[in-house]
Amino acid sequence: MYFDAGYLLRKQKSLKRKLVQQPGLLEKRIAILGGSTTEEIANLLELILLHDGIRPIIYQSGYRKYFEDAVVDPSAIIDFRPDIIYLHTSSICIRNFPPIDSLEADFFECIEKEMKHYRAIWDALSNQTDALIIQNNFELPEYQLLGNLDAVSPAGRVRFINTLNLEFAREVLVRSRLMMNDISTISARMGVDGFHDARRYFSYKIITTPEGSLEMARSIGAIVKAIYGSMYKCLVLDLDNTLWGGVIGDDGVGKIRIGRETAEAEAYTAFQEYCLALRQRGILLAVCSKNNELTALEGLNHPDSLLKPSHFSCIKANWEPKDQNIRAIAHQLNLGLDGLVFVDDNPVERSWVSAQLPMVAVPDVGSDVTEYSRILNRARYFEPISLLKEDLHRAESYSANEKRLLAQNSLGNYKEYLLSLEMRAQIKPFYPLYLERITQLINKTNQYNLTTKRYTMAEIEHISNDPNYVTLWGKLLDKFGDNGLTSVVIGRRKSCVLHIETWLMSCRVLKRDFEHAMLDALVASCLRTGIERIYGYYIPTEKNNLVAEHYAKLGFELISGSEQPSLWQLNLAGGYKPRNHTIKEISYD
Amino acid sequence: MTDLLVRLQPIFHDVFDSTDLRIVRESSASSIEGWDSLTHIHLVSSVEREFGIRFALGELEELKNVGDMLDLIERKKAQ
Repeated sequence: MYFDAGYLLRKQKSLKRKLVQQPGLLEKRIAILGGSTTEEIANLLELILLHDGIRPIIYQSGYRKYFEDAVVDPSAIIDFRPDIIYLHTSSICIRNFPPIDSLEADFFECIEKEMKHYRAIWDALSNQTDALIIQNNFELPEYQLLGNLDAVSPAGRVRFINTLNLEFAREVLVRSRLMMNDISTISARMGVDGFHDARRYFSYKIITTPEGSLEMARSIGAIVKAIYGSMYKCLVLDLDNTLWGGVIGDDGVGKIRIGRETAEAEAYTAFQEYCLALRQRGILLAVCSKNNELTALEGLNHPDSLLKPSHFSCIKANWEPKDQNIRAIAHQLNLGLDGLVFVDDNPVERSWVSAQLPMVAVPDVGSDVTEYSRILNRARYFEPISLLKEDLHRAESYSANEKRLLAQNSLGNYKEYLLSLEMRAQIKPFYPLYLERITQLINKTNQYNLTTKRYTMAEIEHISNDPNYVTLWGKLLDKFGDNGLTSVVIGRRKSCVLHIETWLMSCRVLKRDFEHAMLDALVASCLRTGIERIYGYYIPTEKNNLVAEHYAKLGFELISGSEQPSLWQLNLAGGYKPRNHTIKEISYD
Repeated sequence: MTDLLVRLQPIFHDVFDSTDLRIVRESSASSIEGWDSLTHIHLVSSVEREFGIRFALGELEELKNVGDMLDLIERKKAQ
């Protein structure tokens, strides 16, 4: 559901009352340090996160006390133990605008002074907390004192803000726990005049219009959701009047409007370009269309269609109800339904799908193709926290998965099939290069996850250096490609017993017996360090029913199953027989 | 006049999340539970949107109760 500001102004109390009653909310502690009033943004952020299953516990600094709270007296922040710190600053907070008689050197001196202020904040917060830090950059000023020259002159505020924004971007690139909330783009998209509200500033010290606050909250919400792994992964597309103009079954492939010849054809081509760019970024594409499959493929093979059948990880073109096909797509791609965004020009299909499958995002894209990408962009479904190589290859790897499925269908015996994949694995302790990727995998894995325990990057760093922890990450390769880093195990040692705090695996490598190889590696490192027993825990959630029998299948014995969580034991004293028989080559350490 | 009060009533229901709330001309921040500074902002913005008006700085500070607000809305609408 897409909230608008007018609705939220009136309905936020009752909305919050209803949203906090949802079961299974993930609690996160968020500190908001304000350069102006924070109550409104805090409330909006809370509603947005609650709507997506996160319940924030929020701390707010005193009015305009962001610097004091971070640098001068951080005890309140330290005691709060935030998971995330959001710095709600804006151009109103800039203290070192260059004076009107400034020269080039003065300009850069002012930039340096301003940057020092923020570096002190980021340093203090990263040294004294384990939190991730979300930092606003700056919106353009309300007036251009020097007209167009304001963007050029060393005394110009537009130039000053543009330069600061570049400096902030540089800092975000090198500081692993610092993230950008890009209010420069948010305000540009709305128009700085529609973002700022001088009357609200003088009355309440809120710098923005309600719409401006909402867009900021939506953006912060998208970052927080991306951190905790609940981002969307797949764009499910209708064909007729969505990817091309016209109805191919009625008009014939020669008559569909796609290409460069007419305004309408160009608009559909532009939307295909947007979808293709998302795919290159690692978002999966799928087709869900009421057409005969052959007709649908004919359309996608049209020489002017940029999107070809090979760009789709899954194509469902038939006459079944769309909710069934969308379920099938999620199943085939090993994704939760809450990872899908469905785009269809037909309002009947949209309302049917969102009624049947409320977890699928079904934006109201209307039926005007020139609006589709703008509407999808604005909803921030596909927010990445950082672009890792593995994400870029994800779409390709899913296509390889399709080939594996086909191979599986053509082979009778499952073990034979697994052997035919010529699997190889790397299983090693955590090391610095992979910490970011490991954290990302931990926080986005919901299904094959025994405890659903989440960690910040800082916690993973601590764990990887703590000798009381046994850590493993695993990568699985096969003849179709590299599946990437797909499994993580974290165990905490207490004398000669190991307690498994986290065991998870990406569903991309489900049913490949990879967990057998992970256990072999875990046992090997236990035996090396004198651990005699391993305890495993299963904490059921709404999403992880898949792993209820994980430990049983690995040969652990059940100690207590009636309680939550259930406890499982593997005794190593009596010897251990390796479990893996299908992955041919495994490299350790 | 009572007409305006009828249009104001559902805004109060929404903003204060209380369908039992009955406002009268004498209702004020001290007689309505939960009328804090943030609720006040929501109320003012919602009233502006409902009636298509915009209060000027200072105008709101002079309001003592709902009756004053109704009079002000009527004046602004007439402008």
